[in-house]
Amino acid sequence: MTFLYQILNGIQIGAIYALVALGYSMVYGIVKLINFAHGDIIMLGSYAVWYFMTRLNMPWWLATIATIIFCSIVGIIIEKLAYKPLRNSARISLLITAIGVSLFLQNTVQLIFTANPKMFVTFIPSGGFSIGNRSISYTTLITIAISAAIMVALTLLVSKTKIGKAMRAVSEDNRTAQLMGINVDNTISFTFALGSGLAAVAAVLYVCSYSQIAPTMGSMLGLKAFVAAVLGGIGSIPGAMLGGLLIGVAESLTKGYISSQLADAVLFGILIIVLLVKPTGFFGRGDREKV
Amino acid sequence: MKIPRIISILLVLLLALPSLVGCAGDSAEVIKIGVIASLTGEVAVYGNAVAEAVKLYVEQFNEAGGIGGKKIKIIEYDDKGNATEAVNAYNRLVSSDNVVAIIGPVISTPTLSVAELSAADNVPMITGTATHPDVTKYGKNYFRACFEDPFQGGAITRFAADYLKAKSGAIIYNTSDAYSTGLKDSITATANEIGFTITATEGYAKGDVDFKAQLTNIIQTNPDVIFIPEYYQSAYLICKQARELGFTGTFLGVDGTDGILEMEGVDPSIVEGMYFANHFAADSTDPDVVKFVEDYNKKYGKNPNALAALGYDAAMILINAIKTVIENGGEGFALTNSAEHRQLIIDALRATELDCVTGNIKFDENNNPIKECVIIQIRDGANHFVANY
Repeated sequence: MTFLYQILNGIQIGAIYALVALGYSMVYGIVKLINFAHGDIIMLGSYAVWYFMTRLNMPWWLATIATIIFCSIVGIIIEKLAYKPLRNSARISLLITAIGVSLFLQNTVQLIFTANPKMFVTFIPSGGFSIGNRSISYTTLITIAISAAIMVALTLLVSKTKIGKAMRAVSEDNRTAQLMGINVDNTISFTFALGSGLAAVAAVLYVCSYSQIAPTMGSMLGLKAFVAAVLGGIGSIPGAMLGGLLIGVAESLTKGYISSQLADAVLFGILIIVLLVKPTGFFGRGDREKV
Repeated sequence: MKIPRIISILLVLLLALPSLVGCAGDSAEVIKIGVIASLTGEVAVYGNAVAEAVKLYVEQFNEAGGIGGKKIKIIEYDDKGNATEAVNAYNRLVSSDNVVAIIGPVISTPTLSVAELSAADNVPMITGTATHPDVTKYGKNYFRACFEDPFQGGAITRFAADYLKAKSGAIIYNTSDAYSTGLKDSITATANEIGFTITATEGYAKGDVDFKAQLTNIIQTNPDVIFIPEYYQSAYLICKQARELGFTGTFLGVDGTDGILEMEGVDPSIVEGMYFANHFAADSTDPDVVKFVEDYNKKYGKNPNALAALGYDAAMILINAIKTVIENGGEGFALTNSAEHRQLIIDALRATELDCVTGNIKFDENNNPIKECVIIQIRDGANHFVANY
């Protein structure tokens, strides 16, 4: 029974990791960039939903929609200002720029809202289904359900729609895609908007579960999601989902049965092992280096 | 390249200027005291309470005439509750601001770093609030106005057994925080001593916000109470998640719990019924407390918490020691930050015997005060005094 609960705890946080990992993976798939600022989009989303609800007194659904739009726009702006000018330069320049963007976002938020953490009052009703002396909170169930629904929708979007097809084409080979009449710039912008929108949803679910909002909250969350993306195979959408859930469950079981001090060590140990043994992860395709 | 002589002279003058200004102004008229407090960051509620209370005391002291006309001046730095920042602040205060003594830091981890450093310099130091046992062990120069962790850990455990008649408890603590681990040890030790069952002890790392795995294990063992030796931010998240997982027993906290109701966006129903050990109760009827609460309320428009009371006491103890030194020095004595004067202040601190807000304070041979602790319960979204332990 306890084991089942630990799995459920793991799936809850894992579902959030998965949403974040999807953003990493999609962006990597398209521009071959590990967008280290992605974790900070979650931080921005958390502050946004908190601000919309407590300062502008929006109802929760409006605040959530506004947050998704806000994060998507920020995602597009970051891509246009920071990454697009470097699209044809060395990949290391892009990576360093991403770290710069991450620091910029953290410090800007710290300047505006100070380093003091904010408390977010969840709008999901407290309580849940009780079974014996235990209960499964509504927050857990809603987090899992929403994440699952979004992942299904995303899979459909990528595999069935025209823009999804464009995304896949650009990620295969953007030069050829351009020759085929696909607007690469718009597709890349759309991918950033989509990834950041998913991060916004993850942010709302995250603050509903964990209440606390701080300028640096995105770093660790982002890193763990990054491990999830690598484990699943970076660039692969089903991989990111599976990776996120596995990382969440691994973290929960390590905390529950081995030692909480080792939880992070185990997670990053997984990263090292994956990189040593199967760098492409579960679903990643091998490198297609063109000479 | 040849620099015209007039420019080089100007440059030399420009460089010399700050040091001249430094000598001219303050040495005679004011006595500079440093304050290191966490004014922003996770434990900002504590740091601001301490800093505000210190300011209140200094203001009152200066208004009452200071020390023979000399005023006390505070130089305050923010350590964000962080050891590195605290060490930077300490270095700045000692080497460029030339303060005679320092109040702070506020929480244990930064205080331990500063304590180690200040022992070598023998700077007179007093923290109002750092409860870790080792704070006063590095040197004879460090004093504190609060009781130590083993004492309050023991008190809250005995309270659970005697007063609440609880049979068993579990502990969840922060493995990367000296304060939290120290308290976990003293709770465990006291429980063993009085035959109170600890059903589970679970740890987590600094910065964690997901405690569900550990709490799931704890709830599995069915304890009557959960000890949460942690500061209020994380303590609140732990309480919230424990309730979500179906825990119906009582939460027990420590002095770090104080401030939990002052967080922005806090839901008081989550911590309703929680007990915690503390240094002072604002609803006490002791005349010193009543006056302090009144003054603090007048200046800041809110009730002081225990941290404020301790900050006030720390300022009172230190400034009284400085006053003694100056008065004993007699006519023409000018207090500086020389090694000799530092020792004089430390000796005066050791001889302290004062009626403070948190009780009568006298130091034992290890520079720790000998005093009692109070147990407070959160009821209807407010702190209420329950018992002395």
